[in-house]
Amino acid sequence: MSDNRSFWQRLKGWIDGDEVIIDADKYISTRERKEIAPGEKRVSVEHVRSNNPTLYRVLCVGITLCFIVVMLMVVMDLPMFGDPGSPTNNEVAARYLESGIEETGAINFVAGMILDYRAFDTFGESNVLFMAVVAVLMLLQRDKKNISAVEDKEMAEDEVFDGQDSKIILKKGAKCLAPIVILYGIYVVLNGHLSPGGGFSGGSIIGAGLILYAAANGHKKMQTFFTVKTLTITSVCCLLTYCGCKSYSFFTGANHVGWEVPKGTPGDILSSGFILPLNICVGLVVACTMYGFYALFTKGEI
Amino acid sequence: MSHLLTNYYEAASVILFGIGFMNLFLQNNLIKKFIGLNIMDTAVYLFLAAKGYVFGRVAPILTNGIIDADYYINPIPAGLVLTGIVVSVSITSFSLALVLRLYKHYGSLNMDEILRMMREEEGE
Amino acid sequence: MEHHVNFVHNIPFFSIFFAMFCGIITPLIKNGRIARRLHGFMVLLVGILSVVLLVNVVQDQETYTFMMGHFPAPWGNELRIGPLEALLAVMVSVVMFLTITAGSDVIFKEIVPEKQNFYFIMLNATFGAMLAMTYTNDIFTGYVFIEILTIASCTLILAKGTKQAIVGTTHYLVFGCVGSGLFLLGVCILYGITGQLLFPQMKEGIALLMATGDYHFALMIVVSLMFVGLGIKSALFPFHSALPTAYGSTLTTSSGILSGLVLKAYIILAIKLVFEVFTVETLVELKIADVMFVLGVLGMVMGSVYAVHESRMKRMLAYSSVAQIGYIFMGIGLGSVAGMLAAIFHVFAHAVTKSMLFVCCGSFVEGAGGKEQLENLKGAAHRNPLAGIAFTVGALSMIGVPLFAGFISKLYFATAALEMTGLRLVLVLAALAISMILNAMYFLPSVIAIWTRPKEEVQKTQISPLFALAMVLFIVVNLVLGIGYRPIIDVMELGIELIQMTL
Repeated sequence: MSDNRSFWQRLKGWIDGDEVIIDADKYISTRERKEIAPGEKRVSVEHVRSNNPTLYRVLCVGITLCFIVVMLMVVMDLPMFGDPGSPTNNEVAARYLESGIEETGAINFVAGMILDYRAFDTFGESNVLFMAVVAVLMLLQRDKKNISAVEDKEMAEDEVFDGQDSKIILKKGAKCLAPIVILYGIYVVLNGHLSPGGGFSGGSIIGAGLILYAAANGHKKMQTFFTVKTLTITSVCCLLTYCGCKSYSFFTGANHVGWEVPKGTPGDILSSGFILPLNICVGLVVACTMYGFYALFTKGEI
Repeated sequence: MSHLLTNYYEAASVILFGIGFMNLFLQNNLIKKFIGLNIMDTAVYLFLAAKGYVFGRVAPILTNGIIDADYYINPIPAGLVLTGIVVSVSITSFSLALVLRLYKHYGSLNMDEILRMMREEEGE
Repeated sequence: MEHHVNFVHNIPFFSIFFAMFCGIITPLIKNGRIARRLHGFMVLLVGILSVVLLVNVVQDQETYTFMMGHFPAPWGNELRIGPLEALLAVMVSVVMFLTITAGSDVIFKEIVPEKQNFYFIMLNATFGAMLAMTYTNDIFTGYVFIEILTIASCTLILAKGTKQAIVGTTHYLVFGCVGSGLFLLGVCILYGITGQLLFPQMKEGIALLMATGDYHFALMIVVSLMFVGLGIKSALFPFHSALPTAYGSTLTTSSGILSGLVLKAYIILAIKLVFEVFTVETLVELKIADVMFVLGVLGMVMGSVYAVHESRMKRMLAYSSVAQIGYIFMGIGLGSVAGMLAAIFHVFAHAVTKSMLFVCCGSFVEGAGGKEQLENLKGAAHRNPLAGIAFTVGALSMIGVPLFAGFISKLYFATAALEMTGLRLVLVLAALAISMILNAMYFLPSVIAIWTRPKEEVQKTQISPLFALAMVLFIVVNLVLGIGYRPIIDVMELGIELIQMTL
């Protein structure tokens, strides 16, 4: 690739992503590729797309512009931005704000809302995350249908690289930063019912700390304390706790029976019933999931 | 028209949604396609967040011990956005994993090319 | 106030949580066969409990809401249970159980052993999400479970791990994401103009908006966004193009579950929205019903036309699903209670029939050494006579021969159409006739092909007792829907009536 293009051209190329040179791409370009015979059976949209790209583009842009215009008309029809009298500021929001502390014990009204009033949604949401990590495991974990010699070679090279005394800045930086990041994540998780944050945000911070550590010290070192087994057992235990707590409160709530979990003094760290343990569970699941994604995407195993 | 200027967050979000939508259909590169999807999702969250805001009110976390519905903004959209973001993280990671596998098998990120290669192999 | 615990009322909540619980615990079970047993036990238990629930609600002629937590609507999440929901849950359990029982050989053969338990996690999650979508009384819960279903169904497709399966999944995922994106946008705007998320309160809000005429345009767009979103997810005609690649490239068990149940789950949610949020009258007034009707009719014809041109059996079945989804949307689009009834019955008829057809197809393809072109499947029924009989039953049901489930739904569609006048009447009857002929044009050749005795000696495939049992039950269920349909229709009518009575 010639590098005598103007800055603007290079910037454009970089943004379009069409001419990035890294070794992986070189390997791809030299790889044997089958010659493809043009013109076979095509159907409708694809047909237009391959035979008449201009028409396809014009159609796409046209449809989207129509969509945007229609939606802008809808926006003109909607209640005013920031209007205290809009339909959303009704008795539902008022009760969350006025009785929230008494009924859930959380002084972060959003935490009270998602983990107590509307906890079923949030249960579904943690399950989405769990399903996603299982799906990624299914896709990327190396098995006999998903291995190649080139990859093995790359991974072996990576290991050598990790073992060498290189990337000193990253290693020293991670040594200082990773503990602080993880500690901060734990703080955010534990204070989810008292301040902005909670299981999801805190969990992703912890996950970021783990990723930083793994990037600096290599995959092998990470595996000494975090394997796929750790991930499975932590996620399963946390989700089971979640499932158990919520089953209990849904069952007792709907049937008007049983012992109500004490709410404690609002504002204390140990308060607001199930919200704190739920936040911890969610935080752990999210942290494991985030690191799991990173490990699977880079190495194909955790 | 002045309505549109007051509702500028919502207006921006539907335009963003449209941009994401167009990206999805115009781009051949799979990663860019999924970026388009992500833009669509994010636009919806912007829309929701804008729906929750009320002029002159503060974030829904107890401040100075005031318990009054007219002092805080609506917490519901915030909760919905939170749920939505987690869903979109999951979908994004899943779709990127798919792209990674496709790249491993076909050595290309171009959907048309991948489809052509697939047909070629099926035809054999 | 004295409350006594009515355990029957807890069944929906228990079903959803038990399914999710089994999904969560399955990663700890490394052995796929044990995971399968857990899954089978769970579905069976939920099925039996749903039957108990159904008997109970039909006897008491009641619908009730179940608070998920300590807070009533509109503050907390809720489930809503009536005869219709209970019947749908029974249907989902039966079809799921039979499909997995008959198709488990395929699962263990095609998926690498260390990932078999993941497949069952996804099956459990699919089941739980479908139950949640059937029972929910909250639109945002509906959205969250739609997303679970999206990820789980994509994973069911890619489970095979081949290149084609992954391309199919990508296609399916892109369509699924556009669908749920549009649905979510619709939900957000609807929340913006009504300020509610629970169905009954939303219904009140919309009735008020319709009466005052406020936000009329926004409401129209919202309804279309939501139904287009659900239409994309359930492969309504112009949005069907992901279906054939996805179903053609994956395990037949997955195709059976996806085509028989997952597509229906979105339709069930759409039907619930029609009854419990928007009302049929609003849909007709906003002209959304007309759009669904036209797309439905187009789908009926075009899906069959594509299927006639297809020589590969799985893809043919996928296109046939597109046509059948067209029937259902046409029924909803008729904008009358009779049309909805026909649509709901067709959901049942198609779920039972199509999953059976896919499982049989899986058995034929396996016998033919993985080839699925019709010419390679010649004599397949002689290799596995039971699957051959079941396939024939399924094909006859799809064509609409009396005694089988498909006939009854077509009969009800025609009856519903007779209430209409003018163009609609003509269109429905014409589409039904054309679609029946086209169905016969692609199903009869395949039936003839599988029963043609090949020249060389046929090798009988081993039929496992579980496969035999499931096939016999599938045929029985089909005949029950086709002959003893009256009680089922009665329950549906009761369900619809009760839903309409409660605001």
